[in-house]
Amino acid sequence: MTERESMPVDVVVVGAGPSGLSTAIRLKQMGDAAGTDLSIVVLEKAAEIGGHIVSGAVLDPAALDSLIPDWRQRGAPVTIRVSSDAFSYLTAKRRFPIPGIVLPKALHNDGNYIISLGDLCRWLAEQAEAMGIDVYPGIAASDLLYGEDGAVIGVATGDMGVDRNGQPKPSFAPGMDLLARYTVISEGAHGALAKRLIARFALAADSAPQKYGIGIKEIWEIDPARHRLGHVEHTLGWPLTEDTNGGGFIYHGADNTVQIGFVVHLNYSNPHLSPFGEMQRYKTHPSIRALLEGGKRVGYSARAMTSGGWQSIPRLAFPGGVLAGCSAGFMNLPRIKGIHNAMWSGIKSAEAIFAALQAGRGGDTVANLAEMVVDGPIADDLKPVRNAKPLLSRFGTLVGMGLIGLDLWCNQLFKLSPFGTLRLDKPDHATLRPARDAKPIHYPKPDGKLTFDRLSSVYLANISHDEDQPVHLRLRDPNVPVSRNLPLYDEPAQRYCPAGVYEIVRTEGEARLQINAANCVHCKTCDIKDPSQNIDWVLPEGGSGPNY
Amino acid sequence: MKIVVPIKRVVDPNVKIRVKPDGSGVDLASVKMAMNPFDEIALEEAVRLKEAGKADEVVAVSIGPQQAQETLRAALAIGADRAILVRCEGRIEPLTVAKLLRIIAEREAPDLVLAGKQAIDDDSNQTGQMLAGLLGWPQATFASAIVVDGSNVEVTREVDQGLMTLSLTLPAVITADLRLNEPRYASLPSIMKAKKKPLEELSPEELGIDVAPRLEVLEVSEPAARKAVRMVSSVDELLLKLKEEARVL
Repeated sequence: MTERESMPVDVVVVGAGPSGLSTAIRLKQMGDAAGTDLSIVVLEKAAEIGGHIVSGAVLDPAALDSLIPDWRQRGAPVTIRVSSDAFSYLTAKRRFPIPGIVLPKALHNDGNYIISLGDLCRWLAEQAEAMGIDVYPGIAASDLLYGEDGAVIGVATGDMGVDRNGQPKPSFAPGMDLLARYTVISEGAHGALAKRLIARFALAADSAPQKYGIGIKEIWEIDPARHRLGHVEHTLGWPLTEDTNGGGFIYHGADNTVQIGFVVHLNYSNPHLSPFGEMQRYKTHPSIRALLEGGKRVGYSARAMTSGGWQSIPRLAFPGGVLAGCSAGFMNLPRIKGIHNAMWSGIKSAEAIFAALQAGRGGDTVANLAEMVVDGPIADDLKPVRNAKPLLSRFGTLVGMGLIGLDLWCNQLFKLSPFGTLRLDKPDHATLRPARDAKPIHYPKPDGKLTFDRLSSVYLANISHDEDQPVHLRLRDPNVPVSRNLPLYDEPAQRYCPAGVYEIVRTEGEARLQINAANCVHCKTCDIKDPSQNIDWVLPEGGSGPNY
Repeated sequence: MKIVVPIKRVVDPNVKIRVKPDGSGVDLASVKMAMNPFDEIALEEAVRLKEAGKADEVVAVSIGPQQAQETLRAALAIGADRAILVRCEGRIEPLTVAKLLRIIAEREAPDLVLAGKQAIDDDSNQTGQMLAGLLGWPQATFASAIVVDGSNVEVTREVDQGLMTLSLTLPAVITADLRLNEPRYASLPSIMKAKKKPLEELSPEELGIDVAPRLEVLEVSEPAARKAVRMVSSVDELLLKLKEEARVL
């Protein structure tokens, strides 16, 4: 009963997001066309498919068109076309719309759709299962398995029913080893297995450090009179200061809901900043308050996303597998879109893996992967915008935005960039200034109607997490939060965590860091932003985490 | 011994439910569903009886929409041997469920129907009792311990006065309470094997039961929001507030 079983498969895919499911579906399609019966297993740590997907999104359907051309007939949950599109710069009191005519083509949303990405993933998983792909939600791939030559030979799923001290409980169920000819890591931004692989095989040795943002999103039901189905709005500027990158989005979806969110780039320098606080403040802008007034907040979610773009793409192939989707990082920053590239990377990875499988290979480095995946639609999409992040980082929002506009117009008209390829600088964990040198930020007290505190927000993420399991947020050195982070940066984890996981608790004058692991929404921000790089986000028991 | 375990697909207990804006019911669109936790406890007990050699077959039965298949697959992964889905759409009342289960019980001829004491969505706590009545079988509700001994079963029930122990002759209906056991997690190999276990689909027409509801739901509304908590500075102030504001003293 307690013995670990193992099973050989052709391909195991870690993570049932848009890239992982696209990889699996494309592989199966090619196998079926060639008369090869491939065994493909997709593992998903969320209790159900889409459960950990931060959903509010605008989809460019190009990759979906390529993967499942008849998706409309098959009833894909992609139905709300973008009907109008606005791009504005905010100051504390005012909103300055930027006329569509000055925006380069890449920033328009014609032909795109407002979707729930969670629903799209559920639908893709149904398509995959109908094809004979095994999709297992609630199962966390918690470890990588290595062969004698050091190549990845599959993944181990986590044990279930283990208590806080690592001892089996009566409900214990052992994990399983899935031995695969190729392992696809598609965990999303800063995945727990991806980061180990990137380090072990030095996959990022020749690329710029990956850059990230944290997106916090709420779903509101609003007054039907103010709802404009299919309306998309993006904003820059307030409440962020010029030196902090980020912006807001408001998408009008089905049933009088709006998805309203705010992204703060994690290279911010002021340790007093709270992305959660910025999101709450964002809603108090006169134009947004008027939209949400009388409405009701019904959802809350948060997730780190990649923003490094072209310069930050690591090597995608390692011995025995590949990185796909945002585990590598294909987000298009100025377009604020990544799903299409995630799907392209899945589709193209599948084609490269299939060629290797057909050649009888396995456990090696997939040939020509970078060329197959990156050249083509992903390069066409990401290369022209490659200077967006460096320009924002160097020149601030307003000037940066102007220069990005210039750069994109030059790319659109003359296929060249006046800036060449700008470099990205430090990784996000190295950008904080000491707390005493930074201006304190005072966030207004939540009113419980428009603005909220962290705990009432996390409540809406529907988290399930058995507290009697090992803490999945591991400190490499337990003293660092209090001995270094607290005096130097006033322990920023208290503020950058959107779920209130990290709290400095003082008893009799003695400070300590309390980790409320059961609040974790799996956004990975702590692992990215901790200035001491002391927090290791590992996989909790399968099925733990939010249910979006 | 053969055990039939009824399984209901309900909204996952971790999910905050929302009432539809028109008050016609709970919004189930894109909401995570799961096995009713009390049914899971009943199933765990049945599987443990099988593992202990007291039972030789466990049959999971669900009455619900096509998606209840997933819930039955979960039951098969925990250890049921086969499953039956009676496909019904819409709201099904406890009496209808009891009538359908009675037909299933007559077809399957189990020695024991081991059910959850209630479903967490409508909290009716009626199906097990009605089923026992329709079958004319003895019943024991709110079981916190079950000991099978030949054709007898001893059931400990949690009641207001303490623990009550009943002795029943099989066949019988038992409903499970929270403390009967702690259900196991399904392991990945057992989830894989569950895909190959038999799952039979039936319709209520085949079983000769009219599933049309007999009750009309007038309105579903959310409970009133709780008032904000106030901190008081002393016991005297607390007493004063309880007397003068809350008027409970």
